Amino acid sequence: MDIHEYQAKKILSDFGVKIPTGGIVYSPENAENKAREIGGSKWVVKAQVHSGARGKAGGIIICNSPLEVADATDKLLGKKLITNQTGPEGKIINRIYIEEATDIKHELYLGLVFDRSSESIMVVASTEGGMSVEEISNEKPESIIRSKIEVAVGIQQFQAREIAFGLGIESKLISRAANTIIGCYKAFSELDATMVEVNPLVVSHQDEILALDCKMSFDNNAMFRRDEIAELRDKTQENSNEVYASDRGMNYVSLDGNIGNIINGAGLAMASMDMIKLAGGEPANFLDVGGGATPEKIVKAFKLISMDTKVKVILVNIFAGINRCDWVAEGIVQALSKIEIKHPLIIRLAGTNVEKGNEILKKSNINYIEASTLEDAANKAVKALG
Amino acid sequence: MSIIIHKNTKILVQGFTGKIGSFHAEEMIKYGSNVVGGVTPGKGGMTHLNLPVFNTVKEAVDQTGASTSILFVPPAFAADSAMEAADAGIKTCVAITDGIPSHDMVKIKRYMRRYPKDKKMGLVGPNCAGIISPGKSMLGIMPGHIYKEGKIGIVSRSGTLGYEAAQQLKDLEIGVSTSVGIGGDPINGSSFRDIIEKFENDDETIAVLMIGEIGGPQEVEAGQFAKENMSKPVIAYIAGLTAPKGRVMGHAGAIVSAYGESAIEKVELLKESGITISKNPSVMGETVKKVLVENNLN
Repeated sequence: MDIHEYQAKKILSDFGVKIPTGGIVYSPENAENKAREIGGSKWVVKAQVHSGARGKAGGIIICNSPLEVADATDKLLGKKLITNQTGPEGKIINRIYIEEATDIKHELYLGLVFDRSSESIMVVASTEGGMSVEEISNEKPESIIRSKIEVAVGIQQFQAREIAFGLGIESKLISRAANTIIGCYKAFSELDATMVEVNPLVVSHQDEILALDCKMSFDNNAMFRRDEIAELRDKTQENSNEVYASDRGMNYVSLDGNIGNIINGAGLAMASMDMIKLAGGEPANFLDVGGGATPEKIVKAFKLISMDTKVKVILVNIFAGINRCDWVAEGIVQALSKIEIKHPLIIRLAGTNVEKGNEILKKSNINYIEASTLEDAANKAVKALG
Repeated sequence: MSIIIHKNTKILVQGFTGKIGSFHAEEMIKYGSNVVGGVTPGKGGMTHLNLPVFNTVKEAVDQTGASTSILFVPPAFAADSAMEAADAGIKTCVAITDGIPSHDMVKIKRYMRRYPKDKKMGLVGPNCAGIISPGKSMLGIMPGHIYKEGKIGIVSRSGTLGYEAAQQLKDLEIGVSTSVGIGGDPINGSSFRDIIEKFENDDETIAVLMIGEIGGPQEVEAGQFAKENMSKPVIAYIAGLTAPKGRVMGHAGAIVSAYGESAIEKVELLKESGITISKNPSVMGETVKKVLVENNLN
């Protein structure tokens, strides 16, 4: 789960990381007042959307008066921001963060992730702040410092100090920088984060170490014990069909093609998508209804797919294990008695009681094309597109 | 032989009396697995499915001599249960539970470092289908009847894609020595490398089918291991050719975040390691058959 920049900054400041003074607003009037309240003579108006690269997309505007702040806010609010990470549909701007401008001396990069090879928390830092971590590793790989943190004992002062020295921070600011790194580590480890990225982390001309931009992602599996994080979810930043699916316990990712998929199991779902592509088609979605694929789940899955206007053909591929094919077939029949599907429907059942399942489908009055293998199903789906 | 579980392997069920634990324990018993009891804290002394229930894993191990456990405990308590099994001397624990936080998985793995190698529990999963040695024992949630007894080792992240492979093999009259689901989570107990090493050392297994997917370094690490250490042929399929970068595809671990983690990159790197690639998921069985013929193993 992703959160907004302003939410991430609030969390970091609770862990002792310094951030520029700022506040969230929902209207131009609000924005003007907030700018006066913050004070100073220069402000940054920042669109709050779940994406990086907002600056290049026009989502960050520097202003020299509270009136300019109001204008900039007016210009951004309610618009969709299209960045190189949002896809062509962009993301809606419903919240604006107003922040005092920072007098930047150096821009640095600081990131924390799980390292899957060593199964520890990895701190990644670079002197080349402001660029994406991909750009840094392509263009200035020698600037990257990596430090593996032993999770059982957590980050030590010396490790944070080493990173700070490695970033070329002046001696008098080392302990300040080390505490910033430790604060980020604590936020990561204490809140079930999967990613904390401060980019840029800046050294100001006033000798402050500040988190100027921040992204945080959290482990969905840990939300049962992180109510305070779960509350920060902003569903307006997610694809509405994806929200519908996740609220109903299904894994769904919207894609660009026109063949809708209903599949049980994440691996089989990815494999079916691959088969569609090899057959010359494009999947409209990834949908894993879960290994169980209960009739209730099948009904919900059909509802979800029928909400997607891109879909021209539907492919159902269920490998029934403990849940039997006859049971799955009944679920499909039940679903289609409730939801009208106008598109060609290809069904491939496999596994336990496959004959019984196919018999139930044949005896029902649903209009469908039977497929025997993965390949057969994909070919028939592409052919049905016409 | 098979790997990890055999005909007489004594099995405990952690989370035995719950709905899911009960259902799958019954399925395992029907298959012929030697389930000797279960653990549900607070229900010790009860009898469930005609088997004894214990309060602690230690007590269960003492009384039954069990060496292996399967875990159906809910995500919030699963890490604790896995560590309890490790401490009680369980040799292999299969965690079926889906939804264990990554931070908990890291904690389990750190906790297990306290044991010397010969006393250290092998954890398989979480978020996996479990293990089956066809005709001998089932320690998982798979449909046992789709697996034919034989000589191919299967190791898969995905449950249903592993079933697909077993079915394809069965249709070609090729059997399986053991099939291991290692699960779809980013941090898991056993890696592809851990399992293919066991297959290399198993007399019965003649070739290994590895079913991977996008995300993480494990498939490529296993390929490197195979190149340097394996005499048996390895066949691989990697799912997720069409997966967009940076998105989680169902499995929490199925996300491309670094070089070598996309399906195309993994396929290239595995080919460099001398592994035969099944070019699509529909020909996993055929590809295994072809490799067996080429190596005079059929």
